[in-house]
Amino acid sequence: MVEVKVGLGTCGISAGGYTVFDELKIEKDKNNIDFELKETGCMGMCYREVLVEINDEKGKWLYAEVDKARVKKIVEDHLISGKPIEEWLVKTGKNENEDPFFEKQKRIVLRNCGEIDPNSIDEYLEKDGYSAIQKVINDDSPEDVIKVITDSGLRGRGGGGFPTGLKWKFTSEAQGDKKYVICNADEGDPGAFMDRSVLEGDPHSVIEGMMIAAFAIGAEYGYIYVRAEYPKAIERLRTALGQATEKGYIGEGIFGSKINFNIKIKEGAGAFVCGEETALIASIEGKRGIPRVRPPFPAVKGLWGKPTNINNVETFGNVPWIILNGAAAFASMGTEKSKGTKVFALAGKIKKSGLAEVPMGMTINEVVFEIGGGIKDGGKFKAVQMGGPSGGCIPASMGDIKIDYDEITKTGAIMGSGGMVVLDETTCMVDLAKFFLTFTQNESCGKCTFCRIGTKRMLEILEKITLGKGEEKDLDLLEELSYKIKDNSLCGLGQTAPNPVLTTLKYYREEYEAHIRDKQCPAHSCAALIEYKVIPDKCTGCTLCARNCPVDAIEGSVKEIHKIDPEKCIKCSLCFQACKFDAIEKI
Amino acid sequence: MGENLSKEINLNIKEFKIDLLKNGGDPGVLIPLLQSAQDSYGYVPEKVINYISEFAEIPAAEIYGVVTFYSQFRLKPLGKYIVKVCEGTACHVNGAKSIVNMLLNELGIGVGETSDDGMFSLLSVACLGCCSLAPVIMINEETFGSLTPDKVRKVLKKYRQK
Repeated sequence: MVEVKVGLGTCGISAGGYTVFDELKIEKDKNNIDFELKETGCMGMCYREVLVEINDEKGKWLYAEVDKARVKKIVEDHLISGKPIEEWLVKTGKNENEDPFFEKQKRIVLRNCGEIDPNSIDEYLEKDGYSAIQKVINDDSPEDVIKVITDSGLRGRGGGGFPTGLKWKFTSEAQGDKKYVICNADEGDPGAFMDRSVLEGDPHSVIEGMMIAAFAIGAEYGYIYVRAEYPKAIERLRTALGQATEKGYIGEGIFGSKINFNIKIKEGAGAFVCGEETALIASIEGKRGIPRVRPPFPAVKGLWGKPTNINNVETFGNVPWIILNGAAAFASMGTEKSKGTKVFALAGKIKKSGLAEVPMGMTINEVVFEIGGGIKDGGKFKAVQMGGPSGGCIPASMGDIKIDYDEITKTGAIMGSGGMVVLDETTCMVDLAKFFLTFTQNESCGKCTFCRIGTKRMLEILEKITLGKGEEKDLDLLEELSYKIKDNSLCGLGQTAPNPVLTTLKYYREEYEAHIRDKQCPAHSCAALIEYKVIPDKCTGCTLCARNCPVDAIEGSVKEIHKIDPEKCIKCSLCFQACKFDAIEKI
Repeated sequence: MGENLSKEINLNIKEFKIDLLKNGGDPGVLIPLLQSAQDSYGYVPEKVINYISEFAEIPAAEIYGVVTFYSQFRLKPLGKYIVKVCEGTACHVNGAKSIVNMLLNELGIGVGETSDDGMFSLLSVACLGCCSLAPVIMINEETFGSLTPDKVRKVLKKYRQK
């Protein structure tokens, strides 16, 4: 039967996915056509949402930017008359004119995302779902499983890059009457949505990954700690857990063995620091999410004081694939020390923002230009920001660096969880450093002095610089504070908080200096250092700018050249954005 | 006082998951309790804190500690329309600042405040997770993407007329 799938991840829903889904249903009933209408997760091409895939006898046809009006025509032309509408297709049944977005990708974690209906356990089963856990229960010992994961070279995808097999080994060897497996789905980096897309698109694979970990370390209890801000992911996880429990895959004596495993969902309440293992554990225990000194590591003393293994969503998503395809298949991809693939959330000033999974070892340029299509609006590639508030900026000149934990760490940034925000020349690096520090300062739990107060002082200095009041000595002070914070903080939040400042200072020191010495913002972004002016030759006197000005700083009547009063102007940029003739400039 | 308080609360609490309290001070129960309170009331009222404190035997000071630690919890009710402006990285580099400026200007309230008529609350969030649509705002459950300041004004106008 013909299948019609609508991409209903958060991105698709935000773009109007449910309207399209409902419209398809209406058209289906109205015209009495026989096709199966299905939900699916994120297909990755967030920049072309809403996406609708038609799967018929001739192949797979992917329609982009579908709205209510297009539904009608797609139903009439394609589904009724059998004539695909070429100009709306991004992927055709004939495999021609394909968007190169997918060509260089290798989908392991995303293998089922946008393919199966996440609400259907049967569709997951058709894709060999839950066969990896059955295989290990029937054929392997826990040691065998740990060996496979170790040999595969899988490293923690949450950002730290710790070898997963080793982590499992530690927890398996730790003594305890109870052990726990926790899935860290507290994806908090602003600009990252990989884990959410996996949970929304293929929740069963994460559950199965957790089951395999539980088998390997001897845990009977699991928790998924997921952000409350991800309602769709939580909903689909609950459905998936319900189905798996009903089938007897979760609970007592799973798959006819003597093994018990239960999973609970814990909704995070909004604290970035809870991405840190010990803070996350405190949060599950109902406390404030404040990290504690390690060792003892959670592998020895974790949740409720018991040995606990924590991995993130993407890490677990890799596990069933590795079990079924073998360690060697996984290790054949990537670089010497970074194996497999990495999922990236491409965003910012890039043409094709979306979700892409690439083999490790691909260069940043390949990701930005060949997958992401380059910079949007004709801008010039300036840098990528990787690792969010814990990471840093890698300048365009270093674009041939490989996606590899160690290579990226060398630049001063980190691999991070997969947020890749592309920047063009309109981004001020001082402002960006300030942006991230505002975030970490706000999210610092307050336990460690340097993180609590040091980030505050750094933020004040950055604020001063962006206001044009910076002094030469501020840069040294920023560096000194950075290293003190890194050295004297207990957890990853503090230890990495100065990274955005340090990397921008390293690669874009001249931008800081321009703010300080010349009182200029080279990117024309810092409000205090720019002035808005009307370009007389371009102004048509349409009055739009004046009408948009919140402080009446623009004078001029109809068909007269307008003028901005710099005394009154608050530099909110509303006139600049409103002008339809590019007649306002920033200088 | 305990009994009266619990009666009074019970009358008001329909959705609030009292059954979570049955286990008394079961460790880990506090955050889900507060979440369900907020689901029912839209915020965490002071009397709920006292109630939980009494029945779950958790000191109120500790509950306030948790409530104020996590950004999800609010101690005050919000307006009819909750405007969340995304200030995530992707939105930031795509001009979120001018969107914030427009919202401040149009709503006449600061971030974290509620308008006097109770219509709008303006919140800033770190990432709504639909970065490809940046810059983005969310009003209650509806998302608006690829915004310009002018589009923001139009969207607000629509809500005012509702």
